[in-house]
Amino acid sequence: MKHFLNTDDVTREDLESLLDLSDEFVEVLARPIPKVPALRGKTVAMLFFEASTRTRLSFERAAKALSADTMSFSPSTSSLSKGESLKDTALTIKAMGADALVVRHQSTGAQWRIADWTGLPVLNAGDGAHQHPTQALLDALTIRQHFGSLDGLRIAIVGDIRHSRVARSDISAFSTLGADLTLVAPSTLLPVDLEGWPVKVAGSIDDALDVDVVYLLRIQAERGGASVFPSLPEYVSRFGMTRERFGRLAENAIVMHPGPMNRGVEIAPEVADHPRARILEQVSNGVAVRMAILFRLLGGEVHDA
Amino acid sequence: MTQVMESEEIERALRRVAHEILERNKGAETVLLVGIHTRGVPLAERLSRAIDEYENVKVPVGTLDIGLYRDDLDHRPTTELDATFMPEDPTGRIVVLVDDVLYTGRTIRAALDALADLGRPQAVQLAVLVDRGHRQLPIRADYVGKNLPTSSSERVTVRLQETDDKEGIWIEERA
Repeated sequence: MKHFLNTDDVTREDLESLLDLSDEFVEVLARPIPKVPALRGKTVAMLFFEASTRTRLSFERAAKALSADTMSFSPSTSSLSKGESLKDTALTIKAMGADALVVRHQSTGAQWRIADWTGLPVLNAGDGAHQHPTQALLDALTIRQHFGSLDGLRIAIVGDIRHSRVARSDISAFSTLGADLTLVAPSTLLPVDLEGWPVKVAGSIDDALDVDVVYLLRIQAERGGASVFPSLPEYVSRFGMTRERFGRLAENAIVMHPGPMNRGVEIAPEVADHPRARILEQVSNGVAVRMAILFRLLGGEVHDA
Repeated sequence: MTQVMESEEIERALRRVAHEILERNKGAETVLLVGIHTRGVPLAERLSRAIDEYENVKVPVGTLDIGLYRDDLDHRPTTELDATFMPEDPTGRIVVLVDDVLYTGRTIRAALDALADLGRPQAVQLAVLVDRGHRQLPIRADYVGKNLPTSSSERVTVRLQETDDKEGIWIEERA
């Protein structure tokens, strides 16, 4: 494995091997000294061309827990505002001695170009509405911790599927791992063409409560998500995880959300704080899976520059 | 390939080492056995069973993967890790690290670093099934199943029933 760009072309064997490795880093993070020297001397550069708090902090924590050094970059303070091209920016950071690049970009596929230009291992931290593969891995880990396996689990993904890179990465990872998926969304928030997707579709969350996992997505106002249904109360009435609906879930079912949450919209506050809402576990697991990816890409072999 | 130890000899050597651990520590009350993956783990379990047999004390067995602490990470073919697990906090205990072969000492150096991140033992001792010499670091074993003089061009192979479905120690010229 040289890059970690999407979940579409990762085999089940590779996904499970990464989850096994992540389990070991969950253990490392629970130690009195939650830091190992595995990537001492390596430098991981964070290139976030699109704003991010949790993902960038999570990657930084992961790199530092492996003893790697980190360099950070955000567009408002960069030469991009002076007109430098993406390629020149990437090559400049490579020339400073980065060993791997963690990249978030608003344009689909930017990470693939950067990988070609630099030859460095690239980790996709989100490209437009396309992919967010480390999120899928942390979600799969969270589900596996609760159920032991994703094989045969019924998972409903609810909300703004169309604008969600989380949904795209989750759908391919979850189905590769053997889960049975139902998408729940207003037709305006479904992808235009679902041909070939390994999913069923339901028009209301009430038709998808007989499941093991309810995965709620955020309404993404910044990607136009709020303008395509009539009102928030109407969204809540058909797609919100209310306290009443939570009560109708199976006793062992869990609720997940990639954050940041809109409390009272996708998820009722009482549900968000319930022990079977695994939202904070997802955040903790994010550090462990990012350690696993960084170690897999940088720990094992010498990479050609 | 020359066989230098058979299954019964390995068992006999481990029983002696179990006795030595008991003698040196005046019992096993505060001992924590920690097996280094892969073959140190079943060896630690066997030592624990032997000590239980002699003294009726259940010595806990931990496992240690040193993959994150090696100094030759760039030359490792794999980034798989096995479970690191401490059944008890090592702080204040006598930790006996257990491995199959002691050679350059680099694995033990890594294990000591890993252990230091998991707690602060009262003392750390080292038990190995085979000491083949050629140390590159100032490290020595407290308990040795068999001293096996070798040349650096030879390869020592340990196989155990639990991990390999056969048992014995062999020595051969490196290809």
